Amino acid sequence: MRSGELARSQESRETVGDYSVPDARMRCRDVEVWYGDKRAIHGVSLDLGRNEVLSMIGPSGCGKSTFLRCLNRMNDTIDGCRVSGSIQLDGEEIYDRALDPVPLRARVGMVFQKPNPFPKSIYENVAYGPRIHGLTNNKTELDALVETSLRKAGLWDEVKDRLDAPGTGLSGGQQQRLCIARTIAVSPEVILMDEPCSALDPIATAIIEELIDELRANYSIAIVTHSMQQAARVSQRTAYFHLGDLIEVGETNQIFTNPQHRLTEDYITGRFG
Amino acid sequence: MQDWILLLVLLAVMTAAYHLGRRRAVIGAGGPSQVHRLHSLPAYYGLYAALWAGLPALLLLALWVGLQDQLVLMLLQAQLPEEMTAGLSEGRLGLLVNDIRNLASGAMLSTEITPELQAAADQYARLDQLGQWSMWTAVLALALTGGWVAWGRTHPGFKARNQVETMVMAIMVLFSSIAILTTLGIVLSVLFESLRFFSMVSPLEFFLGTLWSPQTALRADQVGASGAFGAVPLFTGTLMVSAIAMLVAVPIGLLSAIYLSEYAPRRLRAVAKPVLEVLAGIPTVVYGFFAALTVAPFIRELGQSVGLDVASESALAAGLVMGVMIIPFVSSLSEDVINAVPQSLRDGSYALGATESETIKRVIIPAALPGIVGGVLLAVSRAIGETMIVVMAAGLAANLTANPLDSVTTVTVQIVTLLTGDQEFDSAKTLAAFALGLTLFAVTLVLNVVALHIVRKYREQYD
Ligand SMILES: Nc1ncnc2c1ncn2[C@@H]1O[C@H](COP(=O)(O)OP(=O)(O)O)[C@@H](O)[C@H]1O
Ligand SMILES: [Mg+2]
Repeated sequence: MRSGELARSQESRETVGDYSVPDARMRCRDVEVWYGDKRAIHGVSLDLGRNEVLSMIGPSGCGKSTFLRCLNRMNDTIDGCRVSGSIQLDGEEIYDRALDPVPLRARVGMVFQKPNPFPKSIYENVAYGPRIHGLTNNKTELDALVETSLRKAGLWDEVKDRLDAPGTGLSGGQQQRLCIARTIAVSPEVILMDEPCSALDPIATAIIEELIDELRANYSIAIVTHSMQQAARVSQRTAYFHLGDLIEVGETNQIFTNPQHRLTEDYITGRFG
Repeated sequence: MQDWILLLVLLAVMTAAYHLGRRRAVIGAGGPSQVHRLHSLPAYYGLYAALWAGLPALLLLALWVGLQDQLVLMLLQAQLPEEMTAGLSEGRLGLLVNDIRNLASGAMLSTEITPELQAAADQYARLDQLGQWSMWTAVLALALTGGWVAWGRTHPGFKARNQVETMVMAIMVLFSSIAILTTLGIVLSVLFESLRFFSMVSPLEFFLGTLWSPQTALRADQVGASGAFGAVPLFTGTLMVSAIAMLVAVPIGLLSAIYLSEYAPRRLRAVAKPVLEVLAGIPTVVYGFFAALTVAPFIRELGQSVGLDVASESALAAGLVMGVMIIPFVSSLSEDVINAVPQSLRDGSYALGATESETIKRVIIPAALPGIVGGVLLAVSRAIGETMIVVMAAGLAANLTANPLDSVTTVTVQIVTLLTGDQEFDSAKTLAAFALGLTLFAVTLVLNVVALHIVRKYREQYD
């Protein structure tokens, strides 16, 4: 790096762009995350709007997954992980001592990088959440809920004849859609996706991207992705992370065509990461 | 004797062969600077020569040491004067031969030394000496021949490495077949002895009869010797003790495995796991006297205080203690399979708003179940084959009962009692032990095969 660039890239780790949106679904302010003594997220403020897809991009290890896991308190399951700052869901502080993370996770669902269906039948995979939360009163209602969830995930037509077959027997893309159906079945408000297509082939990826676009009608979605094309295709807003800082956030179009921060530009144009 | 000196000499010959073979290869290639022209590294030519010199000779040595004594004794007996052996029974003859040997080596005798005996002893010493000398000659000749053969074959293009590797592999095959053949031999001997038993007692009586009383009459008028071989009471006794043991071990072992792998803080786990492993290291004989001296009387007193009639050697006591012994077995196997359930499944469940216990009940246990079942089956086969605890704490009376407070006996206990003490080796009583052993072997083998199959199938699921 030339000295001028170095100075410029270091001059500001303040977020460029407007991180807040009116009437946000989730509102994060000055979020810091430590793994033991190591600070993985340095004071990030970011809003997730209603019916929007927010994509998070950035080089490996910059804290995208860590930040995403704060939003449904999945970090609680990691030893030595501490979170400070304020994260609100519909105005309610989710790290409040009085708040139980278990029902929160039903409201903020999560889809993982590697499809992880339970070693149960397709039906049971989807019925899992509704069963533990007692969402239905009888078998007919549960059947209906399983069907609508699978329909919303675009999987119904492919599996309706073999609902009793094991979920692990599906193809990778189908497994990931099964995981999405499973998440939808508990009627979350927000869906978090951590690189949901990185283990899939291009065709399965295209199907999932289409699905994400449809889901936006009913849910707020935050998606971490390694692929900038994917971010450009599915999201309305994009946030660029760098070494635990949120560098820049804005309309997806603007981030990809006219990035304001030098680091964002380097990443977008492939000079870094 | 001086066999070990011969062994040392043989080692020296091998060392010499190594150096000579190596040297010949190097010189054949045109000196140390030209060793790259050899097919293999020089050391392989040395090893090749050493193996040729050593292996056949060692084999011959082993055979000779094993057979020489018998050969010499046979020759000796053939040469004994008529008047010494006339009218002697097989046993007396053996005694006489023994005396001759003892005299030759200067040990104590059972009779006085007669001139004939002295002559025979001298003859024995001569034969033995002759055997020694021929052994030395034959072994060393074979070693030198082997070395000479290797010498003749050594030239730069010779594939010494491949030859050495083949020979080393042959040696390893030999050793592993020793292990396999031993097992096979044991199984076959048990099988044949069992067949002999079943020619005396019908299998129908053995497997379906309900009266077990193996004392066969030595004299026709002996009392209390009915010789009934219905093994059903032993099977039910074994089943009851094992079932009680599993009732103790499975819940405790499984729950502690779940607690340790899912709930326990790391520091507690670091202490608790080794403690459980110590439990696994306690010798079963210690469990045995614990069961017989502490648990059984305790249960009896407890029973009496509530008005129950409890045998002093109850199935319950033996089963309880055996269960404690098996706990670490169940818990460590279950913990392994529970830990093998991928973290991603736990995350998937938590992310749907499931609690820890819901996740364990509905995802982890079902996913680990095949492995757990496999582990439990392995534990069952251990319980069935367990001997020491039941020998000490279960009874000898072959009661056909479903009451755990009664005294019962097990297959293993009966095998022990049938074979301890002085026995005739061809009576139905002794042979019954082989039939019991065969049954035990068959059952545990089936259990182990099924269990391993289940565990292996489960492993494949996540890799
Ligand atoms: N469980 C953990 N324990 C300790 N450090 C972690 C853990 N998970 C992530 N980190 C660290 O936090 C930083 C951010 O990681 P992560 O959020 O996984 O990055 P990304 O998803 O952007 O690749 C990395 O430096 C990583 O090493
Ligand atoms: Mg990540």
